[in-house]
Amino acid sequence: MHDVSSQPATHQHTAPTGFIRKYVFSLDHKVIGKQYYGLALVAVLVGMVLSWLLRIHLAYPSWHIPFLSKISASGAPNGVMTPEYYLSLLTMHGTLMVFFVLTNAPFAAFGNYFLPIQIGAEDMAFPRFNMMSFWTTFLAFVVMMASFFVADGPPISGWTAYAPLSAVGGDAGPGLALGQDLWAISIAIFCVGSLLGALNFIATTLDLRTKGMLLARMPYSTWAWFVTSVIALLAFAVLLPACILLILDRVAGTSFFIPGGLVLSDKLQPHSGGSPLLWQHLFWFFGHPEVYIAVLPSIGIIATILPVFTRKPLLGPRALIGSMIAIGFLSYMVWGHHMFVSGMNPFSATLFSVPTLVITIPATIMTLLLTASVYGSKMRFETPALFCLGFISVFISGGISGFYLAQPSLDTYLHATYFVVAHFHFVMAVASLFGVFAGTYFWFPKMFGRMMNETLGKWHFWLTFVGVYCVFMPMHYLGLVGNVRRYSAFVDDYLAPLIPVHKFITVAALLTGAAQLIFFWNLIWSRFKGPIAPENPWEATSLEWSTTSPPPFDNFGGKHPVVQNGPNEYGVEGADGTDYVMQSAAPRRA
Amino acid sequence: MGIDIQQALHDVQAPEPPSVDTGGLISTKKDPRPERSETGVWVGISAIIMTFAAFTSAMIVRQGATADWRHFELPKLLYVNTLILLASSATLGIASKRLSAVGRLATAQEQSKKMYSEGMTWLHVTLGLGVLFVVGQFLAWRILVAQGLLLSTNPSSSFFYVFTAMHAAHLLGGLGGLIYMIRKFGRTNGTARTTGLRAMCTYWHFMDGLWLYLFLILLVRI
Repeated sequence: MHDVSSQPATHQHTAPTGFIRKYVFSLDHKVIGKQYYGLALVAVLVGMVLSWLLRIHLAYPSWHIPFLSKISASGAPNGVMTPEYYLSLLTMHGTLMVFFVLTNAPFAAFGNYFLPIQIGAEDMAFPRFNMMSFWTTFLAFVVMMASFFVADGPPISGWTAYAPLSAVGGDAGPGLALGQDLWAISIAIFCVGSLLGALNFIATTLDLRTKGMLLARMPYSTWAWFVTSVIALLAFAVLLPACILLILDRVAGTSFFIPGGLVLSDKLQPHSGGSPLLWQHLFWFFGHPEVYIAVLPSIGIIATILPVFTRKPLLGPRALIGSMIAIGFLSYMVWGHHMFVSGMNPFSATLFSVPTLVITIPATIMTLLLTASVYGSKMRFETPALFCLGFISVFISGGISGFYLAQPSLDTYLHATYFVVAHFHFVMAVASLFGVFAGTYFWFPKMFGRMMNETLGKWHFWLTFVGVYCVFMPMHYLGLVGNVRRYSAFVDDYLAPLIPVHKFITVAALLTGAAQLIFFWNLIWSRFKGPIAPENPWEATSLEWSTTSPPPFDNFGGKHPVVQNGPNEYGVEGADGTDYVMQSAAPRRA
Repeated sequence: MGIDIQQALHDVQAPEPPSVDTGGLISTKKDPRPERSETGVWVGISAIIMTFAAFTSAMIVRQGATADWRHFELPKLLYVNTLILLASSATLGIASKRLSAVGRLATAQEQSKKMYSEGMTWLHVTLGLGVLFVVGQFLAWRILVAQGLLLSTNPSSSFFYVFTAMHAAHLLGGLGGLIYMIRKFGRTNGTARTTGLRAMCTYWHFMDGLWLYLFLILLVRI
């Protein structure tokens, strides 16, 4: 144990012995963190296969994929998906990725595992809520996946479930009967799980910090999880009532979102006076903060990991934390920029455009701080470091297109084109996933007690890095020339000349996806065969590296560390000739 | 007896945590951080406020979206229910004070027993009033149903049912908490830590405030 001073801990609960309490219905935040990670892995695998199917269909719309007809005979007769089934799979790709991957992996999984350890606590503030939080989320996942197997498949209304399409029921198209019911119920359940999780994160950070762990001494990842949990608490608290109203419109005959006079499948719908825009407002009030729920934890993870490999302190720690808080605050003032073409008042568009441009300032500050911190360093180019650099790259690439989309006049043209698809995949999806990859390679030794394979890690990074640029960069071009999104194919269409670009993207997507198999293999191989990890393999400063790998049940072996330094003590004169001082070590001499 | 019961009743704050020797590295003053149950309940309240803010804004937007809003008279029973809920907050306050005093009076057996017994009685009264309120809300629904005002009849009735049902659902959570407290204090003869009870009180009083807000906005809008 590296800590020089510590005090006895008081155990909240004792270590379980039975299999069920130890690995299934566990109260241990570390097990719950791994459960979230496992769930995210399953979800990302499904989401990735879906994206392959979508890409294959876009580039080669007549290809037969036999197993598709086994999943849905009506959605993919002879293995060729119908336009409606394309939308069903698109909905599921977006939903699984946004909710069950981008929210679960960087925030719930790593946050659960490392937030308590990084603040020197032995568990979350409310372990039972924590367990409920995971199993509620798991239930949401099961309900969501069930929609694949109901009669008319998953809904076609997209991950944003725009009303009235999502609200009117089966008359409007495939997947809008039971499939959409399951979607709405699943997301409502997911909201409950996320709220319980956010509550736990906030209370844990505020109340369970060990002695000396002042707010200013919290690692950036802890700050990010904390700010994200505040965002999540307020965002999911709005999505939940929106889902309740949607469910009522669908099953109880109310008219919150459904206007009057709708005739679908030759039937006059028994609703009147509802406001489809109301759904958009409620959804995007959640939806835009959700972007930051996905990406802020990754920013925190990167800011924590980067100095470990540059071996010098991160520049402007307070500015970085301040920027996180500013982003959290501003994320609630920009939701209308998703609705520039929805028919809302043009003056409102300006009102939402300005804060959208303002929010780029803290984002830019963070990016510049991360980039400038690399300058002049003697970088250790190990896999987590590569993913840190990759994160900065894709975050900038995706962020720049945001400047264009923030302006209503430009967005009017670019809205619902592949330009938007490129933007949010770079800045939200890929950036967030690079944070997850960096976190995985960095923390795997702590979580499983074994090192991951570096060679495989580097192959994984370079193939993924080049791959995502090949997939998403051309989409900017597609969007600029007017290629709309959500179309299932462009044959016999004015967009047919763009098919070669789509083919290139599809091949790139398949190869990039295949590169992820290296990552999966590395995870499995390293779990069982990787070299045994020491306590602090990366020579990092935060508290998780002052305990064993993996940590004991109570994290610090019956003691609470006393924190005496900030997390940024790199490039200094440490003990035994090292260049760092751990948070729990005696303060270095001036 | 040497023990000032009145003083004990007033002094219901948790004892100060003992200061820890940290080798002069950090302040040894009283830890300003609150108990986790209190933090948790305030964080939960923030989320609930956000949820009802969303419902409220939805109601305002929906009412302005189309000219199909039908006003109707709220059942008079709601006034009675409001009084019942306010009374339950008062009784919970009394219960909390009594039970908080039990620990302080541990050396004075008789007073301690009295405080415990009274506290438990008031907890049960609170539980009864809470149940009565939920039953009252259900009866108010029955009155509206009898008038032909169902969930889907009009957006105004839709929002009435949504508001009252969501509030009742949160209050049921509070009733669950009350039952938990009754069992907890019953098991320990009133010597259990009172931080959970204080958090429970905060939540219950908030349910009062939330209902007053909802009732007011329903009166104004419907």
